Amino acid sequence: MSITIGIQTADFSVQQECDALRALSKDIGAIVSFCGLVRELHDGATINGLFLEHYPGMTEKSLQSMAEQACSRWPLQGVTIIHRVGQLLPAEQIVLVVVASAHRAAAFAACDFLMDYLKTKAPFWKKCAQGEQQFWVEAKDSDLAASQRW
Amino acid sequence: MGIGSAKPSQLSLGNIMVVINYFASIRENLGVAQEQLTLAAAMTVRELIAVLVNQHGALWQRHLQDSKTLVAVNQEVATLSTIVSDGDEVAFFPPVTGG
Repeated sequence: MSITIGIQTADFSVQQECDALRALSKDIGAIVSFCGLVRELHDGATINGLFLEHYPGMTEKSLQSMAEQACSRWPLQGVTIIHRVGQLLPAEQIVLVVVASAHRAAAFAACDFLMDYLKTKAPFWKKCAQGEQQFWVEAKDSDLAASQRW
Repeated sequence: MGIGSAKPSQLSLGNIMVVINYFASIRENLGVAQEQLTLAAAMTVRELIAVLVNQHGALWQRHLQDSKTLVAVNQEVATLSTIVSDGDEVAFFPPVTGG
């Protein structure tokens, strides 16, 4: 079982990350990927971009621990989590979760679980730029509710 | 050794050294990213917050005693009753908004 965690300013390739998991084993029958993008609209207003802050050290540990939890709950062969930090523009890729398993049910469930956990437990903070103004994004109750399903 | 090795001012008499990190909106509102603190003894997070509020005043009280504020000790999520000991790294931050 292979876990890869990346916190980076650079963009990533969904295809490359899927291919890297596919190369792990010929028993992999399902790869599920989720790629989150920066939306231009925030609460109905257009934003110029986002700044992503994290807690160096804790963020990596937290993602590693979530990936290990996913591996203990579902029969997975590989998990890759990449989260970008720093300045990001609308339509850019921000987060990627890729899960490889023998069958699709485990891969879908683990990917969903990882995104719910990441959104409510991994130390990242988004700051929006809107014209001349900047504001920190507030945590959403709906994300918290989604994470409590697991 | 350059200027970077100068020690920040510390409370006297203590022998427990901790590092406090502030992140995101809390860091911006307090105007501090990190501070070192010398404490008389190991204590809970709740007691540490009282020390910080006593030292810094109402602004710290507003942010650190906010029920939404989260705390980590040694990069693990902690609670008000978690013990802070010598050499520990404590962090205060708002609810997370990644993904």
